Amino acid sequence: MRSFLLALRTSRRCYSAAHKAIKLAQQQDLEQDILAWESLLAPEETAARDAVRAWVDARFAPRITEAHRRGAFPRDLIPELAELGVFGASLQGYGCAGMSSVAYGLVMQELERGDSALRSLCSVQGSLVMHAIHAFGSPEQRERWLPALAQGKLIGCFALTESSAGSDPAAMAATARRDGDAYMLEGEKAWITNAPIADLAVVFAKVADEDGRVRAFVVERGPGLEVHSVEGKLSLRASPTGNILLAAARGALLPGSGGLKSALQCLTQAREGIAWGVTGAAMDCFEAALDYGAHRQVFGRPLASRQLFQERLATMAQSIVTSQLMSLHFGRLKDQGRLTPVQVSLHKRHNVAAARRVASDARAMLGANGIIDTNKVMRHLMNLESVYTYEGTDDVHALAVGRALTGISAFS
Amino acid sequence: MKRVLVAVKRVVDYNARIRVKADKSGIDVANVKMSMNPFCEIALEEAVRLKEKKLTEEVVAVTIGVKAAQDQLRTALAMGADRGIHVLTDAELEPLAVARLLAALAQRDEPALFLLGKQAIDGDNNHTGQMLAGLLGWPQATFASKVETDPVAGTATVTREVDGGLQTLRLRLPAVVTSDLRLNEPRYATLPNIMKAKRKPIEQLSPEALGMDVPKRLEILRVEEPPKRKGGVRVASVAELVDRLHNEAKVL
Repeated sequence: MRSFLLALRTSRRCYSAAHKAIKLAQQQDLEQDILAWESLLAPEETAARDAVRAWVDARFAPRITEAHRRGAFPRDLIPELAELGVFGASLQGYGCAGMSSVAYGLVMQELERGDSALRSLCSVQGSLVMHAIHAFGSPEQRERWLPALAQGKLIGCFALTESSAGSDPAAMAATARRDGDAYMLEGEKAWITNAPIADLAVVFAKVADEDGRVRAFVVERGPGLEVHSVEGKLSLRASPTGNILLAAARGALLPGSGGLKSALQCLTQAREGIAWGVTGAAMDCFEAALDYGAHRQVFGRPLASRQLFQERLATMAQSIVTSQLMSLHFGRLKDQGRLTPVQVSLHKRHNVAAARRVASDARAMLGANGIIDTNKVMRHLMNLESVYTYEGTDDVHALAVGRALTGISAFS
Repeated sequence: MKRVLVAVKRVVDYNARIRVKADKSGIDVANVKMSMNPFCEIALEEAVRLKEKKLTEEVVAVTIGVKAAQDQLRTALAMGADRGIHVLTDAELEPLAVARLLAALAQRDEPALFLLGKQAIDGDNNHTGQMLAGLLGWPQATFASKVETDPVAGTATVTREVDGGLQTLRLRLPAVVTSDLRLNEPRYATLPNIMKAKRKPIEQLSPEALGMDVPKRLEILRVEEPPKRKGGVRVASVAELVDRLHNEAKVL
């Protein structure tokens, strides 16, 4: 019956033909046997993970190759993502799911198992835009924007980075000047995920009237806000990325915001999701490599029987398990309100570098087939190059940890 | 209708890889991913749709089994059931024992409709729904591919998938209906509903509280893996094919 069901049920829960794995007789499952961590997770956490995994497998995975090739996100899937409750899933109220950090992390993992562009869109929408409005907005502003953002009726982007101010956001040049009830914003923002499809932007700018103090504003699409798509990306191709020009753009101040730390608070939230997320990409690459080894014949035997291949698989498995357990530990700390920014830096740096290595190894293990986009691994590898750099580069996080360990800042 | 009851079973996930125990006494389920039986999911989805059409006031999900089966009840609640009933037992479950427990619940809670999956993907028995109807003396429609209820008339019209095609029955309520694959496509549990499900009530009881026991009436003698697939054989002609089918495979 089980094999019959697998064969017959071509609807939502079956993998596409490209995903059908050939299993070796005595093979152990990475999650089930090696990680064996179901007992560490609460029922709603595994339920959330499984719900998102099922949706990604059935609805997103069949679309990603084409989306990646064309450099266009399948926007018709946004209402389904919203229905699933992915946007702002860790927030309380306003129609949001109010999930634990671990549940939210598992959701990010499953999204990124699909593609980093999918997880990036959701990270920006939830952890950056909705989090900023939730934390710093007035009650009216929260009512006005959060339910619509949760329902995917509005898409948001987070405009902090500028072309000359990335790792050093304090060097930003965008300004805001008081004009009656609102503010007029001037400047440019670069590398902004979601900008080309966004209805509103959370913009960070230096307020002239406050001695250049950085504050957050919501600028809705309209006069004064111009977006240009970033062309020629070889990474996160399915993620819409844009540069923003602000010329006398009207913005509403988020009153609770004050200083760069407001932006950093949002980024810390997003970084946690990213650290979980990349392990999803790593797991997808691992499974692709394992499956390839099972059916690729080399010198008369499966590639999976070769020593070097097995050694690489073992290293990948170790890397994934380490990343998962780090994520679980820090996720639980976060829910206790005890997670520090230094821990987040260590977490993000470790997991992204680990996933990038797994993807790179998987690419090599698939041989020539590893350069073909339908075989997934190189797409993940290309994406992880961006994730290595954004939300705090690997180097910057190293310095953040180094500063904490030594008490000496190597930044300036 | 006031109430629809849906039975859901905790089974090995249809995608999980399983191994037969070394002593051939059963399947090794330690660390294996467990899920709601797919046909139970379909039955539950049908019940939730009836509620959305305002044909029933409430949907109650019931499961029988180990403590961990509560996860499947929470999934049912996340999909839209209003409350759950968990009959706790560590005993091995057989269709007759399950049917007797469900019958006791049906007599206690008086649903207008009792929905089940046509079979569970572990046992593949396809017994429980039929036995339940028999024990209650209720009409039954199994392998349902379409269910319509008329609460005013007190009937259900069910299309069944049978070997000869489609058969349509009208049953007087209360009735037992078991779901087949094409009845519907179950919804995804959404994240907000997964969280809301934590607050929906689950009633826990023992088989004894229903006046029942869970006896072992069947003995599993042996569980084996199916024989390994052998390679195919090329034949030179139709005559040779017929000859081999008759003399070697002995199927003609």
